[in-house]
Amino acid sequence: MTLPDIRQRSGYLLLAVVVGHLILISAQVNSRQGVPLLQGGAFAVYSEVQRLTYAVVDGVVRTWDSYVALRGVRIENQALRRELDTLQVQQQQQQDAVQRSEELRRLLELRDVSGLQTRAAEVIGGSAVPDARFLTIDRGAADGIKVDMAVISPAGVVGRVVAAGRRAAKVQLLVDRNAAAGARAGDARAEGIVLGTGEDTLRLEYVSSTAEVAVDDLVVTAGTDGIYPKGFAIGRIEHIEKAGAAYALIRVRPAVNFSALEEVLVVTSPVPSGREVEQ
Amino acid sequence: MRTLRVALAVVAALFVQTTLSPLLGRAAIVVDFGLVVVVFAGLTMGPAAGLLTGSVTGLVQDALAGGVVGLSGLSKTLVGFASGVFGTMFIVTRPVPRYVVFFLASLVDAAILAGLHAVFDARSWPPAYAATVARALFNAAVGVAVFLAVEFWPKFVERRKLGKGRTRVRTERL
Repeated sequence: MTLPDIRQRSGYLLLAVVVGHLILISAQVNSRQGVPLLQGGAFAVYSEVQRLTYAVVDGVVRTWDSYVALRGVRIENQALRRELDTLQVQQQQQQDAVQRSEELRRLLELRDVSGLQTRAAEVIGGSAVPDARFLTIDRGAADGIKVDMAVISPAGVVGRVVAAGRRAAKVQLLVDRNAAAGARAGDARAEGIVLGTGEDTLRLEYVSSTAEVAVDDLVVTAGTDGIYPKGFAIGRIEHIEKAGAAYALIRVRPAVNFSALEEVLVVTSPVPSGREVEQ
Repeated sequence: MRTLRVALAVVAALFVQTTLSPLLGRAAIVVDFGLVVVVFAGLTMGPAAGLLTGSVTGLVQDALAGGVVGLSGLSKTLVGFASGVFGTMFIVTRPVPRYVVFFLASLVDAAILAGLHAVFDARSWPPAYAATVARALFNAAVGVAVFLAVEFWPKFVERRKLGKGRTRVRTERL
């Protein structure tokens, strides 16, 4: 570059010379931290370059790691989902086991309290037709199960055995339209007969018009039919209709949820007859 | 050639400033001969020459004076450039305008130098306005004198040559 060129570009030359002087001065002057300004300035610039470089590299690495991690997460997610499914199944099984254990415990308590000889049975089947309300239990004649034995649960009366095979028995539920049981209702102990309706409700009939019953009164077995032991819960009065002085309709809500039965007790000890009960 | 002249002028100024100042008395101590050369170069040769002259002169002065090298270099660079720009924008051929340029250039140089010391140099001193103005007045006077000397020196040499020629002709006639 010739001198005339430099003169024509005196502005750039001035800038270069000034910057050169500033660098020269900075190399000699210490900052407040005791570091030469040139060194401090160079470090400041270099550190920014480092910061920028690190940010770019770190961003790339993070992005790559995230991508790789995302793939790993997908696989892990699938494994966790499978594990979750397995655990949910196990949890349901455990809940079911706990529930069955509780039911069995209540059955045992019932057996101890009632003083009756009973045999626990498991419900293994339901009705073949919707109109008939029957259950099949896994105990039969080989287990001492006989026809007309009462079947009870912690909640109350379930029904009676109507057929006994060698290893299974057929139980007529109390709600079956052909089922019936002697009953007493309320504190007045008004006697009557509970009849099945084929639905999920019962009817209390043959109650004296002089007897005082009310809604929500407890209805229990009277023990007069020779099948059901005395004092077991049948249900509560849900609705009352009267025709004059007589009761036209007393509807009873069963104590037992028949659709949720799994374990029952079959009363194997002889139930006192009605006369014996009266005595 | 002009660059060589400027370089010689810088060396001469520094020589006068450092070596002959005791012989010249207080005026040599007050006057900044380097600054005079820088402004002279800027006015006569333009901004680039002015800033280069100022840079070199200031750096040498800094190196000789001790302390932070570059402070005077930077100030004289800016002053030389400004002088060059001023010289290209305005016609500065008479003594009074030249005196004003030298005077202002001295003040600017002092101001820049004080600012640079305040920024970069831990050593600071209270501003001496009277001394600064006095130095500017002396610098301007020396600068105008230099201009006059430089401009009249060729004419003086030519007159002397012409005078010798006339004397020789008369002698031959006689």
